[in-house]
Amino acid sequence: MKHRTFIGFIGPSLFLMALFIAGPLFSVFWQSLHVTQPIYIQVETEVCTPGFLSQKCTTEIQTQPQMGPDGKIITETKFAGFESYRSLLKPELFLKHFSQQEWSELNNINFYKALRFTLTFTLITLPIVLILGLLIALSVNQALQSFRGPIIFISLLPFVITPVIGALSIRWLFVGDGILTTLFEWLLERDISMFAQGWTIEILMLGYRVWHVAPFAFIVFYAGLQTVSRDTLESAIVDGATRWQRLRLVILPHLSPLILFVSIIHLMDSYRVFEEVIGFRSEAHVISLQWLTYDLLIPDDTGNRLISRASASSMLTMIGIILLLIFPLRRSWREHKLLKRG
Amino acid sequence: MQQNIEHPKSIQLSKSLKLLSNGFLGIWCLIAVFPLLWITLMSLKYPLDAFSANPLVVIFGPGTLAAGASINLFDLLMVILWVVFAFLGIKRWQAEKILGSKNWLYLGISIGWLFAAVVFTDLSVALKELLGADFFLMTPLLGMTTEHFQSVWIEQEFYRQFLNTLFVTTGVVSISLTVGTLAGYGLARSGSNWAFWILMTALVFRALPHSVLVSGYLPWFINSAEWLRPIFGDAAPTLYGQPWAIIVVLASINQPFTIWMLRSFFQNIPRELDEAARIDGCSHGEAFVRVIIPVMWPGVLTAGLFSILLAYNDYLVAALLLDAQNQTMVPAISGYFNRETTSTDQVEAVAAAVSITAPLFVLVMVFQKQLVSGLTQGAVKG
Repeated sequence: MKHRTFIGFIGPSLFLMALFIAGPLFSVFWQSLHVTQPIYIQVETEVCTPGFLSQKCTTEIQTQPQMGPDGKIITETKFAGFESYRSLLKPELFLKHFSQQEWSELNNINFYKALRFTLTFTLITLPIVLILGLLIALSVNQALQSFRGPIIFISLLPFVITPVIGALSIRWLFVGDGILTTLFEWLLERDISMFAQGWTIEILMLGYRVWHVAPFAFIVFYAGLQTVSRDTLESAIVDGATRWQRLRLVILPHLSPLILFVSIIHLMDSYRVFEEVIGFRSEAHVISLQWLTYDLLIPDDTGNRLISRASASSMLTMIGIILLLIFPLRRSWREHKLLKRG
Repeated sequence: MQQNIEHPKSIQLSKSLKLLSNGFLGIWCLIAVFPLLWITLMSLKYPLDAFSANPLVVIFGPGTLAAGASINLFDLLMVILWVVFAFLGIKRWQAEKILGSKNWLYLGISIGWLFAAVVFTDLSVALKELLGADFFLMTPLLGMTTEHFQSVWIEQEFYRQFLNTLFVTTGVVSISLTVGTLAGYGLARSGSNWAFWILMTALVFRALPHSVLVSGYLPWFINSAEWLRPIFGDAAPTLYGQPWAIIVVLASINQPFTIWMLRSFFQNIPRELDEAARIDGCSHGEAFVRVIIPVMWPGVLTAGLFSILLAYNDYLVAALLLDAQNQTMVPAISGYFNRETTSTDQVEAVAAAVSITAPLFVLVMVFQKQLVSGLTQGAVKG
């Protein structure tokens, strides 16, 4: 394909991605270093209170935001350096608590709270999703042919459902004297309230995410299982391999590229965990990095949006993405070079 | 993938293992479907039944029954018949891929049934008078009410949000498919280093949290009337709150995924096909139009389904870039749970949630095969 035709085909897509994905990244970087604030002016005002014979008047100097001719507050944008980053990261407090190992104090700073949850969430759900997906795939693979279609249909439901709604539907099972809370209370013979403390909400969030993503892992693995070579399996049986050995030595190596694929996708997706916080309304106890940015962007009571702080939080979130993707990207670059040479 | 392999005896599981594995599957299916099934049941009951701790109360709804809202055997049979017709219609459509005369019959009956549902209530009442309330078809069976759905859709005008979602979803799908198909084809047929780098950059873009991108847009969108004035004059629009602005944003965010998926689809279409057309004297563009477009629809359909899911399920972008008047369904539901003060409000929130889920249910029902092939063949999930 000639270069010009190539550009013609991919041009529109590149334009959209440059304008709405790459562009905003630069804009976020710039915004994170600048602060937009109203210009304050000092006004000398005379305040009079009624008194006997004559009014008592005092002059005082007040600070007011300056209004433009149209009655809007005039704002100015200043270079602020790393001020927004500092207000998020609070380095002095961090060092103090870190050196004294006061982890619960550290958890009071929103950014570290969000970071802690996002990382544990990502790392705990990954193995559970992989194992559950594999187990379902192996079970479906031996189930009767006529059951497979319906099982796949049912499994797809948690996957396609709107994440906020999925989280809400699980919340409704547990909220108050919800049906499952009652069941667990009966089983464990003790009072349970799932939404009173952070760690129980966290368990629900992990459970929701596994429920939502395991179908994806299952379907990818199930497709992979269809291509396992039967000859290899049969010769393994002839060699006397047990079921476990066949799984470990034949099936898992065959699935390993798919396991890597599912892992990368899952890492990318669970790193941006957000809808769970909305659906479970956990913001008082548990927050995530993406929710932190979202919350800074929502106008506060006075209608201000903390754009520069949100941008700083975005930049910090992106550092995580780069760390997450650097190894898979290096790997595919090497494969690409090998392909070119060979 | 669907090929049927009968395993030889030696690979088959022992009885106990088979039982274990089937039991596990049963439990998984129950877990997968239970929350959705349960909220559907809840949405059909009055609050006292819906939030009862006793599961039997939620299923049979005695409180709702006592309040006079119930369905009898006749209604239940009608509903079951409708479900069976709709199911058969979809199954036949999936099997034959064309709408033959018989399929039209099924489709017509099931849609007609839906409209008749409005008439049913009258029919049911008329029959009740004719046969007497004691007739076995007419005795109230289950407590059930559609009151909350009526209140959500009619009184609280949820259809407005539905129309907004419909508009946004249609827009996103058409833009992202048009642009993505061209790019996917270009990338599939070009072996240059450029193509590799574009794909890798797209992968990084795909990993970006949407909130990062939105914090980039937000100030520009709010102040757009100012910086667009030199171009558009006084007619310069404020992009904040405009559904079409959201459409472009979501279509762009969706591009990385769409081009990956369509590229891998086009790679499976043999190169010889368009090369033959090129030998006959077509340019690349003509070859695309004459040879590729006729065979690309299965792949486009699959990519389209994932675009629908992205646009329909989006919370964050719409919540931040749209104002309350133009809100789509998913962010609007947070309005319900913010004012969840009375228990009726809570059941209405459940009814709104069920309303949002229903179209997705139909989507999986009709396009199960395409969704599965998209998950397995496309390199990246949406």
